[in-house]
Amino acid sequence: MKPNLKWAAVALAVCLPLSAEAHRAWMLPSATVLSGEDPWITVDAAVSNDLFYFEHFPLRLQGIGDTEAVPAGSPPGARPRPAARLSVLAPDGSEVQPQNGSLGRYRSTFDLHLTQKGTYKLAVANAGLFASYKENGQTRRWMGSAADFAKQVPADAEELKVSQTNTRMEVFVTSGSPSETVLEPTGQGLELRPETHPNDLFAGEAAEFVFLLDGKPAAGVEVSVIPGGIRYRDQLGEMNLTTDAAGKVSITWPNPGMYWLEAETRTTAGVTAPASERRASYSATLEVLAP
Amino acid sequence: MRKALLLPLALLAAPALAGELEVGVQIPRLNVAEYHRPYVAIWLERPDQQHVADLAVWYDLKLKDDEGEKWLKDLRQWWRRSGRQLDMPVDGLSGATRAVGTHQLKFDSTRPPLAGLEPGDYRLVVEAAREVGGRELLRVPFSWPVDGPQSAQAQGETELGTVTLTLTP
Repeated sequence: MKPNLKWAAVALAVCLPLSAEAHRAWMLPSATVLSGEDPWITVDAAVSNDLFYFEHFPLRLQGIGDTEAVPAGSPPGARPRPAARLSVLAPDGSEVQPQNGSLGRYRSTFDLHLTQKGTYKLAVANAGLFASYKENGQTRRWMGSAADFAKQVPADAEELKVSQTNTRMEVFVTSGSPSETVLEPTGQGLELRPETHPNDLFAGEAAEFVFLLDGKPAAGVEVSVIPGGIRYRDQLGEMNLTTDAAGKVSITWPNPGMYWLEAETRTTAGVTAPASERRASYSATLEVLAP
Repeated sequence: MRKALLLPLALLAAPALAGELEVGVQIPRLNVAEYHRPYVAIWLERPDQQHVADLAVWYDLKLKDDEGEKWLKDLRQWWRRSGRQLDMPVDGLSGATRAVGTHQLKFDSTRPPLAGLEPGDYRLVVEAAREVGGRELLRVPFSWPVDGPQSAQAQGETELGTVTLTLTP
């Protein structure tokens, strides 16, 4: 497995309660650029191999459908892991609630009523520890908070390897004119600071994005950009970029459509025991319009 | 006496009546099962696509709850350059959708948006988007002001017919 795929798998596993392997997790909005007095969007959230198809598991989000139920398709005896927390920020920075949530076999779905003009941000962020170890010869994985680590992971676990993880998944949607308030970074984990507004992307034009780790520009971050519609072509069409010294990448969109962007970085800087390294990942679904 | 006074006034006024910009937009007849009149935006831009002034926006003004505004973003280039910053409807700009045929619009150079238009190169842009149909955008380049009468045109292929631009000094 390619190293960056492996990290994707791990990062996603942390974020995604049910996927242990290298699937992609994403949210897909019905529209990202809206006009009119009373716009709504509907959003699908899923974990899948191909973009953007519903084929593996729903992305389980708190408050969206019955997340207490054991998901269909789970191995026998599986218990649902905690659902991830979705936060939706309105243009004024306040948090708003999704509506009409439902959890299906392959996807979660919810609606958002865009009552303010400007840019909304949908985010699913997680921070915690990821551990892998052997117990009775079996490889075990664990993920959770630092507080639970000592309680839940055997102190004498063999081949114990612990990472400190941050994951963040985002979607941007604009009603009327784009605004900047929700683009303000939180200063935790790997984040996108757009120089080109994420709802102002056009085929054939370059977009500039800066990646921040804990609020500071992050050099050498690997960024992958994949157009949706994978099922109907032979090549993945992935663009691979690396952030420069200022944390910046420039992406020229070849075609209009929905894209999935993923960035990841690992470091040993600032890592505290029991973790021996740190992994941070960021992903976003971006819509590129025809000029 | 009266005539003698009027004549010099008319001469004085002549340079101020500088000119006119006339736009002709042809909405073609289409052989389709479900036809709706297109939304159309007409504006002026710099050669680098920088928006200069809107001339007209034709959309469905009469739907209840301003439902017609929901589709303004389908005029996607206009929406990006101007529409998203406006609070529709805008007096003197918004208009109802037009029927099949050629529609003429005249703009006096002494009035906004032409008054104060700096000398330079511009493009007339006409964008049309039709419900359950397609979208087309045409550009007609011109220089402002003009020394003598000038005309130019662009030919649409799907959602627009001929777009004409006539300039008089």
